[in-house]
Formats: sequence, structure tokens, C-alpha cells
Amino acid sequence: MTSATLRSGAWKLLEMITTPLLPSDYLDLVSPLRAGADLRGRIEAVHPETADAATIVIRPGRGWRGHTAGQYVRIGVDVDGRRLWRAYSITSPTNRQDGRVTITVKAIPDGKVSNHLVRRAKPGTLVQLDQPTGDFVLPQAKPAKVLYLTAGSGITPVMGMLRDIDFDDVVMVHCAPQPQDVIFRNELHDLVTAKKLRLTEVHTDTDGMLDIARLGELVPDWAERETWACGPAGLLDAAEEFWSGHGVGERLHTERFRPGIVVAGDGGEVTFSATGKTVDADGATPLLDAGEEAGVLMPSGCRMGICFGCVTPLKAGAVRDLRTGEITEAEPGVLIQTCVSAAAGPCDIER
Amino acid sequence: MTAIDPTAHLTAEQIEELGRELDAIRDEVIAGRGEKDAAYIRKVISAQRTLELVSRGVLLFSFFPPAWLIGTAGLSVAKIMDNMEIGHNILHGQWDWMRDPKIHSTTWEWDHVSPADQWKHSHNELHHTYTNVIGKDNDLGYGIMRVDEDQKWHPFHLGQPLWNFINACFFEYGIAAYDLELGKNLHKRRRKNPEFRARAKAVGRKIRKQVLKDYVIHPLLSGPSFLTTLAATFTANLVRNIWSHSVIMCGHFPEGVQVFERRSIKGETRGQWYLRQMMGSANISGSRAMHFMTGNLSHQIEHHLFPDLPSNRYAEVAVKVRALFEKYELEYVTGPLPKQVFSAWHKVFRLSLPNKKPKVKTPDREQELVAA
Ligand code: FES
Repeated sequence: MTSATLRSGAWKLLEMITTPLLPSDYLDLVSPLRAGADLRGRIEAVHPETADAATIVIRPGRGWRGHTAGQYVRIGVDVDGRRLWRAYSITSPTNRQDGRVTITVKAIPDGKVSNHLVRRAKPGTLVQLDQPTGDFVLPQAKPAKVLYLTAGSGITPVMGMLRDIDFDDVVMVHCAPQPQDVIFRNELHDLVTAKKLRLTEVHTDTDGMLDIARLGELVPDWAERETWACGPAGLLDAAEEFWSGHGVGERLHTERFRPGIVVAGDGGEVTFSATGKTVDADGATPLLDAGEEAGVLMPSGCRMGICFGCVTPLKAGAVRDLRTGEITEAEPGVLIQTCVSAAAGPCDIER
Repeated sequence: MTAIDPTAHLTAEQIEELGRELDAIRDEVIAGRGEKDAAYIRKVISAQRTLELVSRGVLLFSFFPPAWLIGTAGLSVAKIMDNMEIGHNILHGQWDWMRDPKIHSTTWEWDHVSPADQWKHSHNELHHTYTNVIGKDNDLGYGIMRVDEDQKWHPFHLGQPLWNFINACFFEYGIAAYDLELGKNLHKRRRKNPEFRARAKAVGRKIRKQVLKDYVIHPLLSGPSFLTTLAATFTANLVRNIWSHSVIMCGHFPEGVQVFERRSIKGETRGQWYLRQMMGSANISGSRAMHFMTGNLSHQIEHHLFPDLPSNRYAEVAVKVRALFEKYELEYVTGPLPKQVFSAWHKVFRLSLPNKKPKVKTPDREQELVAA
């Protein structure tokens, strides 16, 4: 017998011992970060950066495959008992010796997860992780000249890059309302002192918004630089137009946070993506009825919200609970009861 | 069905108002669900796992009588926790709001021979929708007993105390058979139905795994304690079965609980639905430990009103619900476990014998309203 068949035999036996649970359900009690477990991480420290931003130090589980500078990670955090998933750029360098990674989070108004992480997260807490992804990364070949153009929390993926690789000629233009809002300000200034970075801070409260058309005044050779830009959509749109207008569009790399904003309204177009059907539903019709009317085979039971026989993944958009008025927005893994939910704007139901 | 309708004094408006008041109680709990509740269920789950692990460990030495006693007691409690406070409630979707895929009605599997999805259908869907409606809610007597004066008597019912006792001992198998609707599906033609066969197969698979674990693997692992471990697991299953059967009997069988006719639920409003749940369920009073060990099904009335609220909230909800019973002058059927179990068993015995048809008919509400 090879060792692989032995191992799988042993595992089968373990499964028989623990049925109907899995051996991992017990192992999770003692070693949630072990190899082979669902990917998780443990928060080990929270360091305030500014009044509303903090860096979270996470020890990822053994299954963590590592990241490339500039990438982000989706993280699932239990806020008020409910698991919510968000994506944050990784701000630690790839060669950090202790195996920990950091994300830096800025609390946005009404942001459930960001406020929780910045103000209430405690060391020792477990969070769920996905493997890092994203193609806002540095190229294999070192560019001679680099420009980082960032605003607000758009600095986070770029910080991951700055900490990761030293380039010979790096310029950064960073926008924030006031000096004290600049995340990583001390570290940036240290880099400037060490002559590793040329930095221009634009303080929008006093200087006004950055006018991309006048970028040449701040960085005369901007067009020769390989540029990574991250910030609000307005800035990125203007940058893309400016770069391609000058015929150097391929030099610009951008990263947009959270492209789709869900606006919860009343009723909307419902797509049943598995069957490819689409219907217009008003804000009072249960999605179960809307689907059945459209000829979609919908699982159902009591039709009154008590049996959970109708739960179905919500892939996109938002729905309203007809009993409480509560809005649920689509996120990976979110299931809804179609018999007591109505469309709150366009949405996509996996049926 | 019962000779005198205990809700006859309520007007249609009052019933709807009652429904609104219950909705308000529900909304309040939903708005307040949070970290504490999530921590509660997680704690219960890991306590259950730890207890089961430790008990199974102790049973490895069960040739030594004190170890047998401790291990058996621990395993019994662990199995009760798994079925009652954890399994039953998770499968009701009470914890789905946490969005933790590991503690979710769509993924949970329990230490029970009935596969979770089949049980969800017969229990969540049929029993909770048609609570106590004769002919629709098969939980009334599990299809083997007569539980109301108005049901037709058959000589078969003479044996029902015995059937009920056997059902209690092998309750998990009774439930699995019940979820399969064996009674009606064993007829020749139905047996061949592919859908039924698939479900029967799933039950077979689950039984095989459960039996293998409890009666083969764990005893084998115990080596010299083979026989004593076998006996311990059998005892734990028996204790769990009798316990859950008793608790569940107390939910709908004690005297004072109403049953309903099929036609009475036609066009039922939300208020009327609530009212039926209130009149069709009974509670068990007792300590916190008692509520915990029943999986909070001691709050059966509250559970039937709000089957998807987290079980740890039923105690606080019960205070408000009880106040509504008083306000609307309805009887809140409750009592300590021995009393309720006795009451339920008493009914089983009483109805095993034929009775005269009651003379008084249910007052016809509509006529009354016209007269009023
Ligand atoms: S059909 Fe029963 S909860 Fe939706």
C-alpha cells in the first residue's frame, strides 16, 4: 500500500468516527489555522494610522499562498454576529519574515465592516480569508521610472508596492483632505528623507482637487513613467482619459474599489440567471411568485417564511424582506428566502 | 373540533390586532439579533463537540464501571444537545442570519438517522404550516395514534400505548420512517416511485453511517471495552430517544391543546394563523437547564409562533407572549415536565378506547358575528 492510499484510508476511517460531522469540525476546535483547514486568519494586532484608519495585522492559516504586491484579499468578518465580506488591499511586503500580512482599512461613513475593523476589532479574533487576487501589480521587469498616483485609501495597494520593491526613481502624488489624513505619513516622509521617494502631497481641503490636466506641473516627466493609480472613480476616469489622450494609455495601471454600488429601490428587473429568464417585479411581489410566474422552477414550502425550503443564492442586487423591510445586498454566499423577499432594485437570483 | 371553541369570544378585528402585536414582538427580536446570540450558538456547538469527544474518550475505558457511567451520561447529554438545542433549531433556519455556512440550515447534518433535508420538509414545512390540523399535520399521532375524540376509532388503537412506547424507544427511526411517509408509501405502487426510492436510499445511507459509527467503529476502537462501549452507545441513544419523544409529546398532546379541522384553515389570515399556533401548542415550565436540554422546545408556543427566531430568545419572548394570552383571555397551556408527560400519556391511553361523538358542535363564528 502506498502512503497516499494509507492516508486516504485513515481519513475515511476518521470520517466514519465523526459522522455526521467531519473530522475538520473537531480539528477546528483546536487548530483553526492548520494546513488543510478552510482558509482563515487570526487578528494579532490593530495599529491606528489616522483618526479613521488602522492597520490590521493578520496571521493567515497554513493554506495561505502568499500575495503579489498590489493585490487585495477578501476577508469575512463577523460584525454584530453576521458574517460580512469585504475586499482590502494588502499593505505588507511579500517578504515579511514573520508570515503575517497586513491590511489597512479606512472607516467610511456607515461602513459596517470598515468601522468594525478600525474601531472594534480585537486581537485574537478569527476572520475568514480568500486567497489574494487582483492584477494591479508590478511587472516582472523593473521599470526605470515609476509614478504612484493615489488619493485617500487608494494609497493602500501602492503602499504594499512601495514596501515591497525599491525602484531607482519613484515619484508619488497623493491626495488627502488634510495632512493628518494622510495614511502612512511618517513612513512616507522617512522614505523621502532616505531619498527613496519624491512625494507631493495634495491637501484637497486647502489646495482643492487635483486637476489631472496640470499633473505636468507636479511631475514634468509623467508621460515617461510607468504609473499605478488608485483612488476615487472621478480621479481614475480623468487619469485614463488624460493618459490615453496623450497616447500613453498603456503606461497607466488603475485599481478601482467596489465598482458596483447597490441602490436599494422598490421593485426592479429580476434575472433568474440559471434559467436565463428576466421579469419586472414590483416591490410587493415575493420573488418566489415572480419566478413561478415566469416559469422558473422555484423550490418552495410553506410560502410564508417559516420553513426555509425556498432559500436561494442572491447573486447580485438587493432584496427587501417583506416582513421587516430589511434590505439584503448580494454578496458571495448570501442566501435569501424567496417567499418573503421582493426586489429592491434590479437583482439576480440563481435559479 | 373541541366541543367548545376557546377563541369564540374574539372578534375578527381582535384576532388581527393580536397578529400585529405578535409581529411587533418578532420584529423587535430580529432587530436586536447580534454578537451575543452568535456567540451563544457557537459556544453551545463547541461545548457539545467537546462533551461528545470527552465522553467517547472515557468510554474507551468503559470496562471500568464508573467510566461506563460517566461516559454514557456524557454521551447521552451530547446527543440530546445535538438533536435539540443545536440540530432542531439550526435546521429551522434560526441561525441563518449569521451567514456562517457552517451553521446554516442548508448545510447542517445531525446525529440522527433522518437526513436533515427530509426532516426539514416534513417538520418545518408540513408540521409548522399545518400545525394541529387533523389530516394535514401528521405529527398529530405520527399516523399511528388517535389523539382526538373526533378521530375515528379503530381496534388497532387499543394498542396505541404500546406503539407509543416503542416509538419513544426508537424515536429517531420512527421519525425517519415518518419523514419517508412509510405508512402511505409502502403500498405496492408507491414503493416503486423513483422519488420515494431516492429518499429511502438516503435514509438507508444515513442509518448505515450512524449504526456503523455507534455500534461498530467506536466499540472496536475501545478494544477490550467493546461490549461495554456498545452498551453505552445503545443506552445513550435510548436515553436521547425517550427524552426527545417526551419533550415533543409535551408540545402538542397535553390536555387543553386544540386541534383543528381542515376547513377551518381555508383562507386563514395571519392573525388566525398565529391564533392557531397559540392554541395548538403547549409549554413545559422549569429551570434554565431544563429549557436548554429541551432545546427550548419547552417554549413550544413561542417556537410555533416564531419558528425562526434564535432559541436563546424564546425565554424573553415568552414573557410578552404570555401577557398577550392574558390580554385576550386565552389559556396558556404549560406545566412542569412530569405533569405534561403524564397528561399526554393519559390522553394516549384514554383515546385508545372508543368514545361517544361529542354532541356540542363548534360554534360557527360567522353566525355569531352576524348575531353580535
Ligand atoms: S417557502 Fe417556506 S420559508 Fe419560503
